Amino acid sequence: MNADGSDPWVPQPWRVRDLRRDTSDVFSMQMAPLEGVAPPFKPGQFNMLYQFGQGEVAISISGHAPDGGILHTVRAVGAVTRVLEQIAPGTVLGVRGPFGNGWPVEELRGHDVVIVAGGLGLAPLRPLIEWLALHRADYGRVDIIYGARKPADLLYPTDIARWQRDCNIRMRVTVDNASPGWPGEIGAVTHLVPSIDLDPAKTLAVVCGPEVMMRFTVLALQQEGMEQSAIYLSMERHMQCAVGYCGHCFYGPHFICRDGPVFRFDRLHGGLIVPEL
Amino acid sequence: MASNGPKLLPAAQLDALFDALQRRGYAVVGPRLRDGAIVYDELKSMADLPIGWHDRQGPGRYRVEAGGDRALFGYTVGPQSWKKYLFPPHETLWRGQRGENGFAIEPPPPPPRRAFIGVRACELQAIAVQDRVFTGGAAVDSRYAARRKEIFTVAVNCGVAGATCFCVSMNSGPRASRGFDLALTELLDAQRHDLLVEAGSDAGAEVLAELDAPSAAQADHSQADALVAATAASMGRQLDTTEIRALLYGNAESPRWKAVAERCVSCGNCTSVCPTCFCSDVQDVTSLDGSTTERERTWASCFTQSFTHMAGGSARVSTSSRYRHWLTHKLAGWIDQFGTSGCVGCGRCITWCPPGIDLTEEIAALRADAEKP
Ligand SMILES: Cc1cc2nc3c(=O)[nH]c(=O)nc-3n(C[C@H](O)[C@H](O)[C@H](O)COP(=O)(O)OP(=O)(O)OC[C@H]3O[C@@H](n4cnc5c(N)ncnc54)[C@H](O)[C@@H]3O)c2cc1C
Ligand code: SF4
Ligand code: FES
Repeated sequence: MNADGSDPWVPQPWRVRDLRRDTSDVFSMQMAPLEGVAPPFKPGQFNMLYQFGQGEVAISISGHAPDGGILHTVRAVGAVTRVLEQIAPGTVLGVRGPFGNGWPVEELRGHDVVIVAGGLGLAPLRPLIEWLALHRADYGRVDIIYGARKPADLLYPTDIARWQRDCNIRMRVTVDNASPGWPGEIGAVTHLVPSIDLDPAKTLAVVCGPEVMMRFTVLALQQEGMEQSAIYLSMERHMQCAVGYCGHCFYGPHFICRDGPVFRFDRLHGGLIVPEL
Repeated sequence: MASNGPKLLPAAQLDALFDALQRRGYAVVGPRLRDGAIVYDELKSMADLPIGWHDRQGPGRYRVEAGGDRALFGYTVGPQSWKKYLFPPHETLWRGQRGENGFAIEPPPPPPRRAFIGVRACELQAIAVQDRVFTGGAAVDSRYAARRKEIFTVAVNCGVAGATCFCVSMNSGPRASRGFDLALTELLDAQRHDLLVEAGSDAGAEVLAELDAPSAAQADHSQADALVAATAASMGRQLDTTEIRALLYGNAESPRWKAVAERCVSCGNCTSVCPTCFCSDVQDVTSLDGSTTERERTWASCFTQSFTHMAGGSARVSTSSRYRHWLTHKLAGWIDQFGTSGCVGCGRCITWCPPGIDLTEEIAALRADAEKP
């Protein structure tokens, strides 16, 4: 049982109201419970999405959607996510969640914030960025570095434009492989870290992306004088139960599902340094 | 009025306890000889116990042999543990039916009432550990909790230690000190064959009061104490748990992990015989026409490659990383996660490991390496 008396194993029926393609293999779904509105969530939390008879996948919450719904952005990589990619709006999916701790919005208050996103890592960061935009006066400088493989892989282009234009957020976008006419940067996100000119005394950083990208980003941030305790990461591991029973998500002594997925780097056992932990 | 203080039941009359439990609607389960091993199964009466059988254990070795006596509990723990009842190797979490509004979900039926007879002290500790795992956190596993509530526990204080036992090191035995309804100590010598029966709960006291047997005398208690003390003094193995978290976390890159991986065949036997290992796979089994599905939970092992499958590949590819994960989690991570070691000192993982890998030896070696200048 959950604290509210519901069973954490039993998915609740939600309807997919809209499904939109973002890139060649990424799509976003707006969804809401059949009854009532989506339960409140914290930026950085995730749900377990269930396609009847196919299986369940852990997917971060990427934001609010109209009329009490939420947004999920998914990359089609395997058995379940490829089926989800094909469903029609109106389909009912099972949802368990929200799970996990989420980004440290309170700790970030009053600080300059550096956000580094790699690829789909922007999906769980989007609700945090929207939060910062909404409570902009409570935070100092906000810088985002966002990297993707190629320009066609960039997510949320209208949001990116709005954040820069209306929300006093500085954003640097970089790609590994540029197409002709690409106006942004080329290369790994780590190369852009020095250009932010951050003040280590008042900056906190949040990072989300593939594990290697996070490892090198942490190093780059430390080169700028940041302490391990000023850096937060969102970790990914295989997940099945999401509530601390199944053991698949262990990382050292942490349950990524229950104690994470967000960890302050100095508290992350083995600190991404020990391979195969 | 019947007394519920400790009693002395002649061993030949253990069926009186079976009767009292069965009258209360409990199916009695306990040790039984099958296919050359002592396993846990349903018992109709005391005649189903492995009377007169003893076991011999060592790293990668297990044998049962007839001892020429009438001992009811003259062996230690076998390949199975009570985990198979409380957290079954395979269970249905729910059934779902495709319907108008997507799907409807029906929960599984309520669990049976069971009396466990012959639970060793280390196994009581293992049950207490799994209680924390499944019911101690914010999300309570309702299936486990429902089964657990229906259990009556008859413990047995060990009169003999196995060659792979180290419960004294893990502070879990050989005496049952809590977590039981009744506890038995088998007093067997040339003159006598009795069971000292003590209650550990109100439910146990109620059953004890029904047993038509005399109160135990001081001499019976003394004999029982001496027996358990002798068992404690004859542990087959020891594990030094001093600063064990620092030892394991601090030596994640020790060459010892690669050395053990040369012997470990990654079979996962250790995780399935372990009475506290709780990892599971959850999978949907769907009918051919896709109209119904069952969510099945089965035991999983961290020794498999698929255990840490992610879109980018497995998190733990090498055998050394898996052995390290298992041992580090068992002896250290558990303390961080649940406030208790995951190891109860039963020695099953040593006995049932085909190459006979011995965790007490691995820890000693890791410690010796770490202390080298
Ligand atoms: C906390 C968290 C948040 C995530 N957020 C997102 C997100 O917002 N968008 C997104 O596209 N992806 C996200 N992922 C990754 C996503 O869960 C996997 O890509 C997805 O499970 C792959 O499932 P599949 O069946 O399509 O692939 P397959 O490779 O066929 O996977 C087989 C099965 O493995 C299981 N599985 C569980 N966890 C994982 C995992 N981490 N990686 C791979 N398989 C897994 C699933 O049961 C899955 O059905 C997140 C993962 C985690 C742990
Ligand atoms: S330690 Fe032994 S029992 Fe465990 S996986 Fe390795 S070989 Fe199998
Ligand atoms: S996903 Fe099952 S324990 Fe974390």
